[in-house]
Amino acid sequence: MDTVVLSRALFGSSMAFHIIFATLGVGVPVMILFAEILYHVRKDADYALMAKRWTRGFAILLGVAIPSGTIVGVMLALLWPGFMEIVGQVIALPFQIEIWAFFLEALFMSIYVYAADRLTPLQRITSVFFVALGAVGSAVLITDAQAWMNTPTGFTYKDGVISDVHPWQAFFNPNFATSATHVAVSAFMTGAFAIASVAAFKLLRRGRTEREYTYHRKSLFIALLLGGVMSILTAVNGHATAQKLHKHNPEKLAAAESLFETRSYAPLAIGGSPDPETGEVKGAIEIPWLLSFLATNSFSGVVKGLNEFPREDWPPLYTHTLFNAMVGIGSVLILIAIVGAWWYYRRRSYARWLLWVLAATGPLSMLGIELGWVFSCSGRQPWTIYHIQRTTEAATKTAEVGPLLVLFVSIYVFLLIVTALVMSFYFKRHPVAREWQTAKEPGR
Amino acid sequence: MSDSVLAITIIWVFLFIYSIAGSIDFGAGFWAMASMRRRDNHAASIANLYLSPSWKVTNVFLVLLVVALVGFFPHAVYVLGSVLLLPAGLMLVLLIIRSTFMVYAYSVRRYVRLLTVVSGVTGLLIPGLLISVLPVSLGGFVTMESGYPQLLFGKLLGSVTEYAHLAFGISTELFLSALFLADYAREADDEDTYRYYRVRAILLGPLTLITAILVTVTFAPEAQWILPNLQRVEGWFALSVTAFLIGYSALFWRSGRENPGKPRAAVIAIVLQYGLAVFAYGKAHLPYIVYPSQTIDQSVTNHSMFVSLLTGYIVFSAILAPVFVWFWRLFFKDKGYLRQE
Ligand code: HDD
Ligand code: HEM
Ligand code: HEM
Repeated sequence: MDTVVLSRALFGSSMAFHIIFATLGVGVPVMILFAEILYHVRKDADYALMAKRWTRGFAILLGVAIPSGTIVGVMLALLWPGFMEIVGQVIALPFQIEIWAFFLEALFMSIYVYAADRLTPLQRITSVFFVALGAVGSAVLITDAQAWMNTPTGFTYKDGVISDVHPWQAFFNPNFATSATHVAVSAFMTGAFAIASVAAFKLLRRGRTEREYTYHRKSLFIALLLGGVMSILTAVNGHATAQKLHKHNPEKLAAAESLFETRSYAPLAIGGSPDPETGEVKGAIEIPWLLSFLATNSFSGVVKGLNEFPREDWPPLYTHTLFNAMVGIGSVLILIAIVGAWWYYRRRSYARWLLWVLAATGPLSMLGIELGWVFSCSGRQPWTIYHIQRTTEAATKTAEVGPLLVLFVSIYVFLLIVTALVMSFYFKRHPVAREWQTAKEPGR
Repeated sequence: MSDSVLAITIIWVFLFIYSIAGSIDFGAGFWAMASMRRRDNHAASIANLYLSPSWKVTNVFLVLLVVALVGFFPHAVYVLGSVLLLPAGLMLVLLIIRSTFMVYAYSVRRYVRLLTVVSGVTGLLIPGLLISVLPVSLGGFVTMESGYPQLLFGKLLGSVTEYAHLAFGISTELFLSALFLADYAREADDEDTYRYYRVRAILLGPLTLITAILVTVTFAPEAQWILPNLQRVEGWFALSVTAFLIGYSALFWRSGRENPGKPRAAVIAIVLQYGLAVFAYGKAHLPYIVYPSQTIDQSVTNHSMFVSLLTGYIVFSAILAPVFVWFWRLFFKDKGYLRQE
């Protein structure tokens, strides 16, 4: 394998690892804030206990999110020096402002956790609000850099030289708003569903006290509420994101939908595997006219096909599967959330089969995040900066990437296992039931 | 002042801040490990009281340094990024192990010993590795033979100057953290712990001076260009040594307490010492970022990016300043926090 392929593998797996913790780092604080506010309004100590326990889990996750983020941040310069040379000239602003979002989150996180007993309730809510703001801010800002890679603006590029730079024009590139919203709402959704999964899982355990079940039912319900709303927003905004592809990155959309010939009344192909020789998608379900409608808001709209573009500029065709899987997961999650919340609303409890389904929502949405990102980054190939810089020009030429790939991937696997063990060990030692016994004042 | 000089000044300021904050952070992790079994004082818990709220913030300063370098000197990052893949990659591995294990240690009491030892030892090595980037920037270890910059890793590992830098990094880390924790213990009115850290600071202080001199006498042949520059800023180094002597002596000043020494004065003077030294070194390093291929003027970013970045730093620092102050009050001044077990 050559250095470029190894570098992609190393960077992609590092990002895939970071994004697990980063997404939870964005989503969970919002849930904590939600619980803190509910406690404040309802004066129900269960919500305070939720906030407290989620915060402890969150603190463990941050212990991985922060160093893994540092890794990808430095790795960008190590693996893609050619890319970072351009970043520094054109799109350095989001990276720089992100630092202040990190500071915001880190400072308030420590204040919220280690000074909790010295804060007034309002100060506590404010602190956790800023934790959430810092986390969303970092997600939005880093996504800005990624959006700019898809729709690079704010500079002139000629013969390898950058000139006429407008940093804010680059910052507000055409994809920024839609992409950033998509990432933020999908992260809120994932944080909520992660908590829903844990609660559903706890409710499946037999032989606990009724009080404990009530606690978990409440937590499951608020998680479903937030997760459900966010899953709808994700889909609505995902539609807008796809229309941006139609406008700015037509070959990416063509690959995602496996459309080979440019046409109006284009059908939507779901599933199947595209065959570049025949230009057909084997085994797909085709819904006539729908793609044209989704992309252009009109059945007669013209959607560009892959054959418009030189073969060496095609994104990999497997992006079709990645994209379908992401959208499929999104649709299923909306359905689950609606059924779950409705069931609880009607019966004040959940059926066991439903709990099993609900327990799957967290892992499913995390899978959606991973698929979406790999789709977005692979679908940009062969470009690192769309129509400006090819991935081969961005990559390092240093030869030692192979051994580093092995080293980092083993560490990621190791840390995934150990973090899961630490989490389960910690919460086994501190069960909900015990916290009620030892609590001096409600939940604190 | 030109864009490039202002930009490099900012970089050196960030480097200075992180060299202090990072040294204290990693050093505190080491002391938490080294004093784990001691029953006669609270050295470990004082170190942890400092570390738990602050390690995240310290880490952001590291990211800040990297991001500032990318924004201000993108062309130098092209060279540094290519060259440092292996050493920086290894440093990142140590960093993630250190931070995660430290956090695990707070959550899993049963394995606290093992987890603390791993994070203490990995943390001990990181500042040394960070500092060893400096010899690379001084020349002699980078070749352009294949048309792109490449590190002569074997040559670096075989050179005396690399080990001098490593020793300087590690002794600085241990000295600064011991000194700082002595002050922190004094703030907590914990004289037993103060004594523990004071003794260690007294032992380590001269060592940092010796290793610093070692660094200057072991420069690689290709780095000899910096020697006349260093001589030109002799005055600053003299001031720096003076600050060290004052700070060091402050550990023996009368305090009116059980143990002698005014650790706060010592910390301030030593920070000043490092500030002066970093400034002088940075001045001598000019005009190069990476000798001989990258001068600051060649590698600085364009003017409009420079202006936006600068505005960003000013605006956001002003917004966040009150939060830093609140943070400081809560964790460095509040007796209620400092005295908890
Ligand atoms: C669980 C998470 C999740 C779910 C359910 C969805 N997405 Fe998504 N999607 C993401 C999580 C995500 C993401 C991981 O956050 C991505 C990767 C890059 C980005 O900006 O967001 C993404 C990217 C992404 C892109 C590519 C943007 C680009 O490359 O510029 C499109 C077109 C869509 N999404 C569209 C959709 C649609 C139509 C959905 C319908 C339900 C949908 N997404 C559900
Ligand atoms: C869209 C994907 C991403 C999301 C949602 C995300 C989000 C986060 C979050 C929530 C944190 C914890 C912040 C803190 O506590 O300070 C974090 C850490 C970090 N992330 Fe990411 N991140 C993403 C991608 C990236 C990328 C591509 C980079 C590299 C440029 C990056 C660099 C970092 C760094 C350097 C940190 C550590 C900051 C610190 O020291 O606190 N992230 N990220
Ligand atoms: C956080 C979730 C992310 C995941 C899982 C992810 C995944 C990947 C993958 C799999 C690749 C290799 C693509 C291929 O060769 O087919 C890649 C490349 C890359 N990604 Fe992402 N990515 C993420 C976010 C980001 C963000 C936020 C940025 C912007 C700062 C970014 C910048 C890059 C760059 C510069 C490359 C290498 C050049 C290229 O292949 O185009 N990634 N990523």
